[in-house]
Amino acid sequence: MQLTGAQALVKSLEMQDVEVIFGLPGGAILPVYDPIIDSSIRHILVRHEQGAGHMAEGYAHVTGRPGVAMVTSGPGATNIVTPLADAYMDSIPLVVVTGQVPSSAIGTDAFQEADITGITIGVTKHNWLVTDAADIPRVVAEAFYVATTGRPGPVLVDVPKDVSNATMDWYWPETVDLPGYRPATTPEPAAIEAATELIVTAERPVIYAGGGVLKASAAAALRELAELTGIPVVTTLMARGAFPDSHPLCLGMPGMHGNYTAVTAMQQADLLVALGSRFDDRVTGKLSAFAPRAKVIHVDIDKAEIGKVRRPEVGIVADCRLAVEALVTALRPQRAAGLLEASRLGAWSRELASWKERFPLTYDRSGPAAAAGRPGRSPRLKPQFVLETLRDATPDDTILAAGVGQHQMWASQFWRFEHPNTWVSSGGLGTMGFAVPAAIGAKVGRPDRMVWAVDGDGCFQMTAQELVTASAERIPVKIAILNNAYLGMVRQWQHMFYEERYSEVYLSPDLPDYVGWAEAMGCVGLRVEHPEEVLAAIEKANQVDDRPVVVDFRTDSMEQVFPMVPAGASNDDIVVHPSQRPGTAAGAEL
Amino acid sequence: MSPSAGPGTGAGPSGRPRHHLLSVLVENKSGVLSRVAGLFSRRGYNIFSLAVAPTDDERFSRISIVVDVDSAPLEQVVAQLDKLVNVVEITELHPDEAREAELLLVTVVADAERRAQVFQLVGVFGGQIVDVGLEEVTVMLAGSPSGLDDFEELMRPYGIIELQRTGRVALPKLGGRSPSTARREQQALESA
Repeated sequence: MQLTGAQALVKSLEMQDVEVIFGLPGGAILPVYDPIIDSSIRHILVRHEQGAGHMAEGYAHVTGRPGVAMVTSGPGATNIVTPLADAYMDSIPLVVVTGQVPSSAIGTDAFQEADITGITIGVTKHNWLVTDAADIPRVVAEAFYVATTGRPGPVLVDVPKDVSNATMDWYWPETVDLPGYRPATTPEPAAIEAATELIVTAERPVIYAGGGVLKASAAAALRELAELTGIPVVTTLMARGAFPDSHPLCLGMPGMHGNYTAVTAMQQADLLVALGSRFDDRVTGKLSAFAPRAKVIHVDIDKAEIGKVRRPEVGIVADCRLAVEALVTALRPQRAAGLLEASRLGAWSRELASWKERFPLTYDRSGPAAAAGRPGRSPRLKPQFVLETLRDATPDDTILAAGVGQHQMWASQFWRFEHPNTWVSSGGLGTMGFAVPAAIGAKVGRPDRMVWAVDGDGCFQMTAQELVTASAERIPVKIAILNNAYLGMVRQWQHMFYEERYSEVYLSPDLPDYVGWAEAMGCVGLRVEHPEEVLAAIEKANQVDDRPVVVDFRTDSMEQVFPMVPAGASNDDIVVHPSQRPGTAAGAEL
Repeated sequence: MSPSAGPGTGAGPSGRPRHHLLSVLVENKSGVLSRVAGLFSRRGYNIFSLAVAPTDDERFSRISIVVDVDSAPLEQVVAQLDKLVNVVEITELHPDEAREAELLLVTVVADAERRAQVFQLVGVFGGQIVDVGLEEVTVMLAGSPSGLDDFEELMRPYGIIELQRTGRVALPKLGGRSPSTARREQQALESA
């Protein structure tokens, strides 16, 4: 069967069971857009290529399947570099197809030419410049294999226009042949045995669960390990939902804005069982002071992560699920032999419980409570109150997306994550503007779930135009803007570390008019200024399922995220909420 | 491909930091050198020298990289390199387990008065005179990197006009490889 390169490309994507492509056409990718008309694959036309990339990420986050995006050469390709970098940092499987100028024009500074394979070497797991139409099925098969196996990540396939237009004899490769690519899978038995010994003898152990738990579908295995051993679990920003927040062994999120118990448990631990986590600087704080007395078991599918930041006593290079299951298998006889009695961790559990009681996540709740009894005299609307209300007014399998900044930290802190793959957030790269397109991609991947994005007003302005895409495609996502009229996290740092000298962080609550903007984009727009209106607005938004909804929550500009470990400080120097500091009156003004 | 904190290839005459030599078998595909070099710069590892050429099997090239181990733990450099899809095999070569060679071309002042001395030194080192001018000669010398260092120092007083070295290439000494490494290399080649 003779096909054009373009037809072969689309057919190859069909062979990979791709159900949706997020993209935007242009000159160099034009040939590929013709067979898309006849393809079973749904194409979602974005308004900016960055949106296509983040939508593909959101789709991959909630489905575990690779997200696919397609854009043209030059500016189309460079516009998707940020999502590639984001996916690379957070190990999201992504396949991005870019058009390229014709082979004969490459290197001549042709119109819309960019060396996108060169540009993206550092932010992709691998990339390919296809030089022969006959290579297309092989390269597509390799691209999906590399993106989805081992440590997942983004890949890019660059296809010159003449290659798309050339003809080839169709074939489909049954296997891929990549002699230099051998992803790890099963753990070494000796390492499992060594880890088992450390687990049995530890007196103050903590499981440090990272995003790898979700990537490896290891949430059930993690729960089994935790319950078998009685070891408490912290879930990093990338692992929220990997262990139920309601579980008695759950300590919540560690790190710069983690809760006191999670942060301090790691500091005081004598054993960290790191599962698919990478000792990121936002978790460790000052590295030399991080968990100083802890031995470390480090499970990671990426060998380069073992010892990159912290040298472990036991390194296990393996798929996280297989490693955790092997640990469970190895620990069962120990349990049967009475070596894992809950009482062995009694003192540790009591200490953790006392921290939880003394230093829960908190904020000044007097406002909303007072408002309920005194209508007409509304205090400032607290962002945390909005999140708690939203959390309680939505199903517990709701998918929550977030941008980057204060609102993201509050969302991670005050949501209650009960299920894997319900949290869609940009962790490593910290990409403002992630929430709106990522939520759209998530809703496309899981149309059966309610999808809310919590966004900041600064973030929202970066990618809001994708709500036009959502309206046009009838993708009913819901956006809660925590509008504090500032680049809030930057403002917080200027407040704390630059003597309240606020430089270029004010945005205005009214410019743009978010309700008017939402309506112009085909969405329902709502505005909430007082605590007593929050629930009604959320319930109204929940009832809309034929178009997106944007709720402009006018929140307290002064509110700050606590706890906080200042950048570069030791986790021992965690700054708790002012009401929890010694000698401070509860609810004092910050 | 099991790096350890073994001895480096020694400090040079000027007290350079210690170096390790990695012999990296890569797929012979366009852009692969850029991927390897880019990894080093991106992660802040220092390359001291680098030589690359196809192997006898045209599907593969061998890159010999001398790494400044003060810039990053060798183990981390190897692990990151190994993640590159086009990198097939990495062998760390200890100086006492490897045959190393490097090529040097040097144009040196050799007027009538000193020409005989230069020629004599070239003869002692087993080099070749590849070009002769009125006042200078160009010498080619292949040998161990430390031998080239010595020769370079001896030429310096005569006046070096231009000098170019290739960076070192190396192969394991016969019998100097562990059987498991040899087996893995063989498997990699066969499966390719």
